Amino acid sequence: MSDILVSEQSAAGASGRPSGRLLEVDDLRVEFRTRDGVAKVINGVTYHVDAGETLAVLGESGSGKSVTAQTIMGILDTPPGFVTGGQVRFHGKDMLAMPFEERRRIRGEGIAMIFQDALSALNPVFTVGFQIAEQFRVRRGMSRSDAKKRAIEMLDQVKIPNAKGRYSSYPHQFSGGMRQRAMIAMSLALDPEVLIADEPTTALDVTVQAQIMDLLAELQRERQMGLILITHDLGVVADVADRIAVMYAGRIVEEANVYDLYAKPAHPYTMGLINSIPRLDEKGQQLRTIKGLPPNLMNIPPGCPFNPRCPMAQPVCREKVPPLLQVGSGRASACHFAEELVNRD
Amino acid sequence: MGRYLLRRLLQLVPVFIGTTFLIYWLVWSVPGDPFAGKCGERPCPDSFVNMMTEKFKLDEPLIVQYGNYMQNLLQGDFGQNYGGREISDIIATSYPNTLKLALVALTIEAVIGLTAGVLTGLRRNGFLDNLVLVSTLFLIALPIFVIGFVAQWLLGVQWGIVKPTVSSEMRLSELIVPGFVLGSASMAYIARLARTSIAENRRADYVRTAIAKGLPMRRVVGVHLLRNSLIPVVTLLGTDLGALMGGAIVTEGIFQVNGIGRQVFRAIVTKESATVVSIVVVLVLVYLLMNLLVDLLYAALDPRIRYE
Repeated sequence: MSDILVSEQSAAGASGRPSGRLLEVDDLRVEFRTRDGVAKVINGVTYHVDAGETLAVLGESGSGKSVTAQTIMGILDTPPGFVTGGQVRFHGKDMLAMPFEERRRIRGEGIAMIFQDALSALNPVFTVGFQIAEQFRVRRGMSRSDAKKRAIEMLDQVKIPNAKGRYSSYPHQFSGGMRQRAMIAMSLALDPEVLIADEPTTALDVTVQAQIMDLLAELQRERQMGLILITHDLGVVADVADRIAVMYAGRIVEEANVYDLYAKPAHPYTMGLINSIPRLDEKGQQLRTIKGLPPNLMNIPPGCPFNPRCPMAQPVCREKVPPLLQVGSGRASACHFAEELVNRD
Repeated sequence: MGRYLLRRLLQLVPVFIGTTFLIYWLVWSVPGDPFAGKCGERPCPDSFVNMMTEKFKLDEPLIVQYGNYMQNLLQGDFGQNYGGREISDIIATSYPNTLKLALVALTIEAVIGLTAGVLTGLRRNGFLDNLVLVSTLFLIALPIFVIGFVAQWLLGVQWGIVKPTVSSEMRLSELIVPGFVLGSASMAYIARLARTSIAENRRADYVRTAIAKGLPMRRVVGVHLLRNSLIPVVTLLGTDLGALMGGAIVTEGIFQVNGIGRQVFRAIVTKESATVVSIVVVLVLVYLLMNLLVDLLYAALDPRIRYE
């Protein structure tokens, strides 16, 4: 049954016909060509996000979640990174095939991005205010004083106290949380339709993490943006995400809404991730982990890339790559035994 | 900031005293007779020697002479050379020439070095990159007198494009070749430093952010990348100006520029100790002030640096 669904899904993708989606990544493939060999970092990633929706992309480091985001933004380091296939469609138009100038205008205005480490992502020699106002001046052609006024408004919107006074501060004079707020203000300056947040809270204290996530969620609701939240933290995801895409070795291995995913993961990797969350009622016991290490991307094992670590692995897993198939309504899994997992009690 | 400046200026005092004394002592310990050859073919008559010894207090111990000299210096009096010419006059006529040459050299090395460095830093391993790497290696490896004589011979004598020597009018067109020679080694260092700095910062996160903001590439490079990459380069240029203003004995000699370098060389040869010390005193002062200026410039360029 699922074969039909898949062919429908991929047919819609390959044809490139407008699907009404805001941002779609379709069968994206990226490899890193290094001196030591070719690392296949992204091996056919497909996901989408619509206005007002939050998609969480979950995965370990090296799973390709950040590289996907960089490819969307057009900030992939080339070389070593090369896009070898697939499309990134914004309003149905393939950004990877666009002329440079057309694509540049989408950045900031159509799709904006927040980075993990705001200290290094902000330019150290310019004031925070300058870096926000710059966009109003360059992209909107505003006068210096108008741009400054708007930049102070933005700082105010992300709840930076004394926004007017902080306008002339340099990034290193901000605390970690304030820096990330400034980063958010900067990314939202041109009112983008999609915001990609690449591990926005990883570098922050736990208490500050919650504040930043709340702020992001609030701004997203107000502006009805599509939000792609890249993270490796399941706790962060549960609160704010509508849908979750789990990545492993450059593929989406499971996609589901938050409730379904936590209640009944349809992929052994997702199950492992959920089980490895420390639990209060199991205090004192050894933490559960997923045994083994993520595969070497220069030498991905044949069959399912997760098979060497999978507790359910069968001979078929070492031979056939499981495609991402729909299981049940609105969810998909790339496991040969997805049906069994979903239908278990 | 004010306190930092005051501290730095106070630090100049012991450095100044130390360097001048060292020079004074060195010049006086050079063996030889200051009056040799002063009176034509014959040795100088005793009356002349006695008169001069009296006038310049040459029989006093070194420390007393130094003390006298410093006392006069603090009142703005550089003294006279043995020929009776005011040393301040020598400095006043030759220093502007050195300054002119130094500024021409600095401009050439900044413009060419920076352009080469930025272009190759942005696009590494291309033809231009290899060309710049090899040519800068040449400039760094060759001693300045080789570059100077080759440039003078090729451009001035063989091809006749420029005059081989600089006239006393110090026209700008005459100074281009000497300026290039004088700045050649630094130009090579500037190019390499700028190249490394640009290449390093090109992959920096904030450059990525600037691109993600949808800024045009010339703004990403010209504002965000350049401003950060230029901090070490500007510092090097500032220090170099201090060094260039110290006169260029070799370059001024080759191209016959009547500058401070030539004066100091002549004074050393003729054992005009007072002239040597006076010129060096000026050079030390200029160099120290330039260094201070560079340190202050550094803070202006990089807001993360604060002087307490």
